[in-house]
Amino acid sequence: MTAYIIRRILWFIPTLLAVSIVSFAIIQLPPGDYLTVLEAQMGAEGDYSPEVVERLRERFGFDQPFIVQYGKWMWAMLAHGDLGYSFEWRMPVSSLIGQYMVLTVAVTVTTLVATWIIAIPIGIYSAVRPYSAFDYIATILGFIGKATPNFLLALILMWLAFSYWGVDVSGLFSPEYANAPWSWAKVGDLITHMWLPIIVLGTSGAASLIRQMRANVLDELQKPYVEAARAQGLPEWRVVLRYPVRVALNPFLSTIGTTLPELFSGAVTTAIVLNLPMAGPMLLRALISQDMYLAGSYIFLLSVFTLIGTLISDILLTLVDPRIQFDEA
Amino acid sequence: MTDMSQHESDALKSYAEASGFRLGWAKFRRHKLAVVSLYIVGFLYFLAIFAEFMSPYDHSEINRRHVLTPPQAIHFVDTDGSLALPYVRALKGERDPVTRRLSYVEDDTTKYPLRFFAPSEPYEMWGVIPLETRFIGIAKPDRKATLFLFGTDSLGRDVLSRIINGARVSLSIGLVGVAFSFVIGIVLGGMSGYYGGWIDTAVQRTIDFLQSLPTIPLWMGLAAAVPPGQDPLVTYLMITVILSIIGWTGIARVVRGRFLALREEDFVLAARFSGASEMRIILRHMVPSFASHIIASLSLSIPEMILAETALSFLGLGLQSPAVSWGVLLKDAQSLQAISQSPWLLIPGLAVVVTVLAFNFLGDGLRDASDPYGKT
Repeated sequence: MTAYIIRRILWFIPTLLAVSIVSFAIIQLPPGDYLTVLEAQMGAEGDYSPEVVERLRERFGFDQPFIVQYGKWMWAMLAHGDLGYSFEWRMPVSSLIGQYMVLTVAVTVTTLVATWIIAIPIGIYSAVRPYSAFDYIATILGFIGKATPNFLLALILMWLAFSYWGVDVSGLFSPEYANAPWSWAKVGDLITHMWLPIIVLGTSGAASLIRQMRANVLDELQKPYVEAARAQGLPEWRVVLRYPVRVALNPFLSTIGTTLPELFSGAVTTAIVLNLPMAGPMLLRALISQDMYLAGSYIFLLSVFTLIGTLISDILLTLVDPRIQFDEA
Repeated sequence: MTDMSQHESDALKSYAEASGFRLGWAKFRRHKLAVVSLYIVGFLYFLAIFAEFMSPYDHSEINRRHVLTPPQAIHFVDTDGSLALPYVRALKGERDPVTRRLSYVEDDTTKYPLRFFAPSEPYEMWGVIPLETRFIGIAKPDRKATLFLFGTDSLGRDVLSRIINGARVSLSIGLVGVAFSFVIGIVLGGMSGYYGGWIDTAVQRTIDFLQSLPTIPLWMGLAAAVPPGQDPLVTYLMITVILSIIGWTGIARVVRGRFLALREEDFVLAARFSGASEMRIILRHMVPSFASHIIASLSLSIPEMILAETALSFLGLGLQSPAVSWGVLLKDAQSLQAISQSPWLLIPGLAVVVTVLAFNFLGDGLRDASDPYGKT
């Protein structure tokens, strides 16, 4: 098992490398670069100077081949934690995106926890009382939640909140806290604003977790050991919670590997619609204005956080479930 | 044995002799939601194919005098309370004296009866067949007559007509995208399952890798590379290719799994012992027995493609106006101001949800049916 965990961690390194290449390649794809955008802008404003553009091109190495540019980016990142320079914001990427990334991770992880807290009891109840009214309602809501794209759910909830309570629920902070330094009051304000993104992000994940939990518990409930526990006269709730639920929970850890990429994906669109100070809106803007280091760093970091989450869930799974088979791969 | 009726033994006999397709169909029919979904999906594709005829207006017809009108109701009851043939009332624009905002009210003095196969401005079906009839419309249109069942957008274009025409892109992108993914998936998945060894490891690692990445940021990055201002058809194809680059992994997994399972089956061994060539074994013996699984998993990946296209176009990275797709239409509903004043701009979202739900249920039904001997 230890060998497996070590292999799993070692495997993480080439994966990271692959992600960095993919992210860098993607942002290199568009024809032209930020300087073409800048040239067009300067041309429109009438103060176009080819010398400035040429100097910038040399400074950022835009005239060099892909592999050299990638190597420079990677080296700066490893050596100094430098992610490059944002042309649009005129500041280093690393000092620009810190807070946005932290909020993105905070909201995503909170959502993950929230979906578990909501989905597990509902799934258990649906399994214990299959084909009851509650089960049907949970199933229908689950299917609708899965079929509604995040951004649409965000729009609908935003519209409902506005038309019934007259409040604008977008954003993550009240105006008075938006630019304030971090304090407990600001954290409190954040928590009161977080419920909407969590509902939007969590619904589809919760929907599939409920289905899965229901199926897992239903499978377990038919096994002889449950019958044995009942025969010993244990109260039903104890029979269910003590044994089948515990077994049914194990495969759940492995679902992090699939829910986490979806959550980070959803967080991007949700943040754009709800105008949250998270990775989404800035990534979109950076992509449109070809602010390549900023866009690339976002794509890279979002992928890295997903991969770290998957890594942790894989390790936990091997620790928790002794039945996992370690195949040679 | 004696009390088993003739009818029952007939049923048993026909069950034993039924073809795989008949068994699958019988099983599919038991999944009621899947059957309903099949009709819904069929209806939606019918709308998309005959979009020009089925929509009440040309989807790009601008109507400056009817900007952002709310959905018009079809009335079945006359003002005096008696039943009437379906009709709509004329719309009257009224400006709020204080805010200067324009709002529309029904003018209950003018009625416009509706009819099927109503006359319309001349238009061309599929760009070739000239027609002057639309499926539904106002029986005797005049200049003030309007039929905006889902309201109009900020340029006064009929939202219903735009949804019906947008279905062409939104529904076909699922099929085309899945077709691309299918080609990649069956080649790589097939190789992976059939040859095994290092090819298998390499393909599986790639799939693991792609599946562990958040798709939307990658899709956004790739879509941002599509140069703007091109022929919509080129953009459309590029977007589908982008969706397939990441979307093929699920199908490849299914194909590989089936190859691995079938490789050891007795009938494959039998064919091999009888001297059949590898190609013949794959095409004549293996493919027919997993085709139904593939179809089922394909129908489950169509909705993912539809959702992805909608999200990209909504963000402005997919198709651009004047092309219409449901995502492009939802782009109009992006701000709180727009949806609080004209919530009907969200109706294209309903079309997305219905379509995705229907495909999910249909896929579930097909998956059950693809395994006719399994338990229900």
